[in-house]
Amino acid sequence: MAETFLSIQNVRKAFGATTVVQDFDLDVGRGEFVSFLGPSGCGKTTMLRIVAGFEEPSAGRVMIGGKDVTNLKPNQRDIGMVFQAYALFPNLTVAQNIAFGLKVAGVAKAQSDGRVAEMLSIIKLPEFGDRYPYQLSGGQQQRVALARALAPKPKLLLLDEPLSALDAKVRVSLREEIRSIQKKTGITTIFVTHDQEEALSMSDRIVVMYGGKVEQVGSPFEIYNKPATKFVANFVGTLNVLEGTVSNAQSGRVRIDKKEIAIKGKLNGSKTGDVLSLALRPEAISLGRRPGNDATLSGEIAEVHFLGSVIRVRVNLGNSAVSLDTFNSPAAPPPMVGDKAEVSFKAGDVLVLDG
Amino acid sequence: MRVARIWAWITFGIGAAYFFIPLIATLEFSMRMRRGEYSFDAYRIVLGDERFQATFGYSVVVAIFTILLGVLVVVPTAYWIRLRMPQLRPIVEFITLLPLIIPAIVIVFGYIRMYGSNSPLPFLGSARGTDVLLIIGYATLALPYMYRAVDTGLRTIDVRTLTEAAQILGAGWATIIARIILPNVLIAVLSGAFLTFAIVIGEFTMASLLNRPAFGPYLQNIGANRAYEPAALAVIAFAITWGCMSVIQILSRFAPRSASAPAN
Repeated sequence: MAETFLSIQNVRKAFGATTVVQDFDLDVGRGEFVSFLGPSGCGKTTMLRIVAGFEEPSAGRVMIGGKDVTNLKPNQRDIGMVFQAYALFPNLTVAQNIAFGLKVAGVAKAQSDGRVAEMLSIIKLPEFGDRYPYQLSGGQQQRVALARALAPKPKLLLLDEPLSALDAKVRVSLREEIRSIQKKTGITTIFVTHDQEEALSMSDRIVVMYGGKVEQVGSPFEIYNKPATKFVANFVGTLNVLEGTVSNAQSGRVRIDKKEIAIKGKLNGSKTGDVLSLALRPEAISLGRRPGNDATLSGEIAEVHFLGSVIRVRVNLGNSAVSLDTFNSPAAPPPMVGDKAEVSFKAGDVLVLDG
Repeated sequence: MRVARIWAWITFGIGAAYFFIPLIATLEFSMRMRRGEYSFDAYRIVLGDERFQATFGYSVVVAIFTILLGVLVVVPTAYWIRLRMPQLRPIVEFITLLPLIIPAIVIVFGYIRMYGSNSPLPFLGSARGTDVLLIIGYATLALPYMYRAVDTGLRTIDVRTLTEAAQILGAGWATIIARIILPNVLIAVLSGAFLTFAIVIGEFTMASLLNRPAFGPYLQNIGANRAYEPAALAVIAFAITWGCMSVIQILSRFAPRSASAPAN
């Protein structure tokens, strides 16, 4: 990580008797794109609002560029922010909206006009300066909101679920655009979302939150492939969770549905007889035996969903079930519900979940 | 279906007749000053009367200051209640309704007792002071209309998010209210302003008891002593009120449109 630019230290926030954020600690490097990911009510937006200065923390502090800003008002923090509801000023044109922050800062008109033209070109709306917000589509409005936030060259950019009000197609194109603008400007960015796909595809690092606490901080690769907790594993991506009993702790053998597999080195100190939650991503499981897969379980095909290029198959394994994905091939017919089937995987791909 | 429609038209006709017949009768009577023919003599006399010009001019000036005072008090109050203290809204709404419950005569007697020349705030000690007290009194009388108009206007915009968006861009409270909130509720403020204007132009009790040369007492004086001129004045006052309402309707077409319903 580059030098720390934003530092959130032991922040706690309570509304009356309800604690919505607790023990939040995070260092964000200069130019880094960090996402706060979690379900509704996990405290991610509250944490963002604390960074923005709209909420005061009950404890802890926020440092930006080495300066303690905990007690500064939002208009003294030099932060840009994009809101879920666009929040463009309806009485001002697109150009006036983008110029608002510059005007407040007392930037000369000629300079401000130049910056507005530059921002309009960055968001690819150079002809839209004279239009009013109501004359724009949702995606265009959100791009203007991004330009407005970036125009005064803030130190930090906060994005509060900026894509959730948009339709799926616009969401994908705009998230690529946001990331490309962020990389171009090199601005340190915090992005709040409940959409794991957005977080995984855009972020340098992800902070997964649940119940006001940080569950895990890591790169998208780490979060997806090495989830630290059961919640992270379940929340990010699709996951098969199987119950296994340690049959021999010393040799690392675990029994799943009467079959034994060896997952040595992953037992985290479990003793023989302990019951473990074992997780497998659908893409780690193959239908039938495969070379290199050292663990096999037998069952019966329960569901088959044709998804175009991929077929998702659900296989019942006695008391549990797993979902797996196979590629669609016009030459091979899809499996049939009720067929007996074997599933295989590499024991090394099994994740043992804590908590 | 057809029968229902006929009854709807009959109901509408009765309502319209109840409203328009007295108006037409007043207009007709105001034009009968000259024996045997219709004329605008009553209007000529009224409009040419120096007291009409003086009292009307005085009331217009007082109305303008009342509107300014009302906007200065109500816009920040309604904004703050909506933004930070929504729990106080029922209390503020109750307070703003009090002028409809407490008769103006009670309020003005309270003023006379409270702000006499021997009081710490001797508004009534000078003519200018009495004018100021009259403006404050009128702002109070107009409070139910001004507050409701502004509050309705604020309901149409996302006050909190717009405020936060302006704040994070570096704006202070004065800039936020002047450049973001007020322009977006301007039509609502103008509606309140014209209602205030209509109230001030016709108000009698306060102006009369505070002994100010306003249009209301003049109307009453003419009504008590003349035959045709009061009818002409009633028609003029009615035209002014309707003019105000029409201006509100025209201005509302220029209201900034909400961004929450984008083009596509």
